[in-house]
Amino acid sequence: MSYFRAENLSLHFGGLKAVDAVSFAVEKGEILSIIGPNGAGKSSIFNLISRIYPPTSGKIFFEDQDITQQPPYDIAKLGIARTFQNIELFENATVLSNLLVGRHRHSTTRLWQELLFMPSVRASEKLHRRRVEQVIEFLDLEPYRDKLISGLPYGVRKVIELARALCSEPKLILLDEPSSGLNVEETDDMSFWIRDMKSELGITVLMVEHDMTLVNRVSDRVIALNYGRVLAMGSPSEVQHHPDVVAAYLGA
Amino acid sequence: MRFLFKTDYEDDIRLFPHSGYIYTYGLLLAALLLAPYVLSSYLMSQLVFVCIYATVGVGLMILTGFTGQASLGHAAFLAIGAYTAAYLQQHNVPFPVYFLAAGLLTGVVGALVGFPALRLQGIYLVIATISFAFIVEEILARWESVTHGNEGMRVKTIQLLGTSMSRDGPVFYYLCLAVLVLTIVGTLNLLRSPTGRAFVAIRDSETAARSMGINVALYKVKSFAISAAITGFAGVLFAHKLSFISPEMFTLQLSIEFIIMILIGGTFSLHGAVLGAIFLVMIDPFLTYLKDDMPGVIAGVAATFGAGTERAAHIQDAVAAFASANGLKGAIYGIIIVVFVLFEPLGLYGRWLKIKLFFQLFPLYKRATFKRQKIYVKSERNR
Repeated sequence: MSYFRAENLSLHFGGLKAVDAVSFAVEKGEILSIIGPNGAGKSSIFNLISRIYPPTSGKIFFEDQDITQQPPYDIAKLGIARTFQNIELFENATVLSNLLVGRHRHSTTRLWQELLFMPSVRASEKLHRRRVEQVIEFLDLEPYRDKLISGLPYGVRKVIELARALCSEPKLILLDEPSSGLNVEETDDMSFWIRDMKSELGITVLMVEHDMTLVNRVSDRVIALNYGRVLAMGSPSEVQHHPDVVAAYLGA
Repeated sequence: MRFLFKTDYEDDIRLFPHSGYIYTYGLLLAALLLAPYVLSSYLMSQLVFVCIYATVGVGLMILTGFTGQASLGHAAFLAIGAYTAAYLQQHNVPFPVYFLAAGLLTGVVGALVGFPALRLQGIYLVIATISFAFIVEEILARWESVTHGNEGMRVKTIQLLGTSMSRDGPVFYYLCLAVLVLTIVGTLNLLRSPTGRAFVAIRDSETAARSMGINVALYKVKSFAISAAITGFAGVLFAHKLSFISPEMFTLQLSIEFIIMILIGGTFSLHGAVLGAIFLVMIDPFLTYLKDDMPGVIAGVAATFGAGTERAAHIQDAVAAFASANGLKGAIYGIIIVVFVLFEPLGLYGRWLKIKLFFQLFPLYKRATFKRQKIYVKSERNR
């Protein structure tokens, strides 16, 4: 059985079939990219997995557990973290507290303990802080710890979002266009980090991406989508040379 | 300017980042503890109101400032706290018991209000909380067997350990101060733990909060409950300070005053709640001054600039008529809100931070430091 599986997943908005009977599987420890033209349904698949939308039909399995009916906040508890295409950070908080929110799924303290800031809370806060520091080091975010998000440039925010997802120590991470809005150098950094996430942290990666250089560099397998349907699946070069994919991009 | 070199994760967790904070807040606390021996009874009474309002402000700050849920129903929570205390006191329940009971009951009511509020945002939430406040006001007026309706209820002085605690005495002031300080410390503790961060996360992006594993509904209800409970505790003190409560004290006007308090103080920090409370308590004497002394002063000025006696008297009458016009208070509140929202959205505490930074960086302060940044495209689809 696959590590993560989507079976006949569909999402219809009235007559519009944003996602139409899509099935795919992600193996443990691989980097799988989803590509496709605008409006192909890539981000919709992510929103289905993180339960922002309920699917019209179909099922999602993670570690052989049906997660289709789980409430959205349980998805993160299972070990699936995500980033957003248009950056959803907590604007008026510091980088550090943004990253600490990423630790939320590991927090066990109770309200009354927190009100009194019992020694147990202090100890767990220190533990969270140490884990966050490891991620900060991993992604070179040291200069920004105490900065407010609202004052940071776009490229840095993108990395902080990745960092926040990593802070939750996920087993599977969903990256929604990790390189959008980044310059060449930043995209290079991003591709190294994605590879390191796989090799050093052992995280399985599912990502939506437009930048084909990045896709070719990091992906083990690629899925091409158009109009909510799977066009092709396979190694990066196989998919790129698939006639349907060429037709979808070039309109031939 | 001081640079902090952090050597331990503890440095990010502690309440006072460096010793300077301990000295300043220690001095402030010492001054507040000595106040009853120095200040007149009128000023002490004002100070007690500052403590009570600031407690409400901290409660409202948790809900509105940190969780981002607006509420115009906090007068109702205050009323529930006050009436619970008054009712239980009549049935000879000792003070510590009814103090806690009032806070708990208000907290439970707050949670109940939180549930329907889950589906509402922004202006709709404001309308829902206003309706809640009206319902409570109406219940207080009609449920005569418990609340004595519009006749109101007398609240006797607090009996504790066989002694009575006069509402004008220093002990009652210390009690209010202690409640305020404990509330602030508890809130600060909350803000540096997972719950507080979850509140802030919900304020800034519910979608992201959800995808990080935060149960948004649960935390919103928690925020409502905590905020209401704190307001309930303040309600008990409020009832004792006034020694008489009736439904018309807990109107929409009071809820609006609470919102003004945190708006003017600054909605991003607990300092704002306290500064706002001071402002709110000071505005009434200011309006009285406007009414009593202003006409005479203006007439005097007019006379020195060559206006005849008759003309000066005429001016004095006109100003007096203006100053005692109905609804002047509301108009002044309105103007104050508009001015603050337009020119100082960060409130009094924001202004204080700017002044502090100006002197810290002197002569290098840039006017643009606090300029609001352009906000990047944020997806509205996932709301």
